[in-house]
Amino acid sequence: MNGSDEEKVRRTVERVARESYGRLVAYLSVHTQDLAGAEDALSEALLKALTVWPRDGVPQNPEAWLLTTARHSLIDFFRHQRIVLASELHLLLFTQNSAEATLETNFPDERLKLLFVCAHPAIDPAMHTPLMLQTVLGLDAVRISGAFLASPKTMGQRLVRAKTKIRDGGIRFEVPERQQLSQRLDAVLEAIYAAFGIGWDDMAGADQRGRGLTEEAIWLARVLQQLMPNEAEVGGLLALMLHCEARRAARRGRGGRFVPLSEQDPKFWSLPLIEEAEQHLAEAGKLGRPGPFQLEAAIQSVHAERARGRPVEWKAIVQFYAQLIRLSPTIGRQTGYAAALGEANGPEQGLAVLDALHRDAVSAYQPYWAVRAHLLQRLGTTADASDAYDRAIGLAEDPAIREFLLKKRG
Amino acid sequence: MQFALLIYESPEAFASRKSDGTEPYTGAWRAYHKALVESGVFVGGDPLEVPETGTTIKIRGGKHGVQDGPYADTKEQLGGFTIIEVPSLDAALEWAARCPAASSGAVEVRPLAPEIRRRIVE
Repeated sequence: MNGSDEEKVRRTVERVARESYGRLVAYLSVHTQDLAGAEDALSEALLKALTVWPRDGVPQNPEAWLLTTARHSLIDFFRHQRIVLASELHLLLFTQNSAEATLETNFPDERLKLLFVCAHPAIDPAMHTPLMLQTVLGLDAVRISGAFLASPKTMGQRLVRAKTKIRDGGIRFEVPERQQLSQRLDAVLEAIYAAFGIGWDDMAGADQRGRGLTEEAIWLARVLQQLMPNEAEVGGLLALMLHCEARRAARRGRGGRFVPLSEQDPKFWSLPLIEEAEQHLAEAGKLGRPGPFQLEAAIQSVHAERARGRPVEWKAIVQFYAQLIRLSPTIGRQTGYAAALGEANGPEQGLAVLDALHRDAVSAYQPYWAVRAHLLQRLGTTADASDAYDRAIGLAEDPAIREFLLKKRG
Repeated sequence: MQFALLIYESPEAFASRKSDGTEPYTGAWRAYHKALVESGVFVGGDPLEVPETGTTIKIRGGKHGVQDGPYADTKEQLGGFTIIEVPSLDAALEWAARCPAASSGAVEVRPLAPEIRRRIVE
């Protein structure tokens, strides 16, 4: 086999891993509740594929091949550890040949259960997104640690601890009952949106921190929507992320310069993505169960009106933020509310909202200082504005945003 | 917990220090310093002169070795340090990411070693 064939096999393995990782891990772990074991078995199978497939050719159903191989290594592990398996699990793992073949070409999609396990209330909320990224999408711990700004060693330990808790804590791999569903689903949606946010903050896509995470998050939301088509907030989240994604190309100007939303040229926005976002939002709206992600998406939808040559209806945005704050008055929402109010009714009203926020809560929250600086500058209070700009600049991570704010401060 | 942020700067960053303090380099550092102080995490720290001004001494087998310039011969050089007081490494990393040098050079986060200090000082 020559180099280009090997390259082809390697790419096939990568593609199958990318597309099937979550399904395979979910299926392998749903009965054993052992995420780490399932992941180990799968990575062994992937390694094996890299040596066997170049020699014997890529199997007709690569996913089934990986599942069989991973299952055998799980069986070996259980035999080795002399673990006595529950009869159901025994049956599942040891199903032989012909039955195995049928089972493995159309095994059930258990990813939904896996998503709910990752965002289980017994798991530290800070670990919900990292767990999801690793077990459902197969991202490695080093990349995850970069995205979450933790040391790779620490992140690795936290992931192991979370998986041990899932295994030993008897966290069940199941979709919650109706009465708990909405609360549990919120945690799943929050975790997906957190992944998106990290990718989004990496505006330039220049460093490795968040690259591709927005796509991964959108992909997760699409999977979730296929599995739960009647949950309005799933559609809301998807609409929100698609609206943001639609503006990707407009967010940077010449030389990587930061372009704020209000100065973006709508002709660089993606109309098909906006269209799709609007569709999801409208369908979610028909279900008659409003929620925070639908409201956030609605705000983005108002901004998107500029693509049709219409001005931004700031009063509508103020209303949506007011509803969000009634649901839960987070610092982010109040800052957004202040910014919108500043546009709709003048800077004094926006500043009044900012002034009412607790000092400690905002001391390291960059957007608060950026909005404050902007509103003060519009009022003409130059010295105060320049102080606030300094705080916003000092708290910024992105050099392009730093440069943008330095210029605005003057 | 106290951490040192060891700030490694690129040759370009060192070069841009030479002007009168109105350039973005100083503006960004002034803002970062202010954010550290006003958030109550700043303990101390200082910038260092450019690496060429360093002199490095090494004694091996009783012999003095003195060389002009910094110890390590790498592109990015130690340009300063900041000591902060924060609850955890996670929080220290957040502040390091906001440091202007993080996007052009590198910032190493190292816990201070108060135990060793005590052994030496007392």
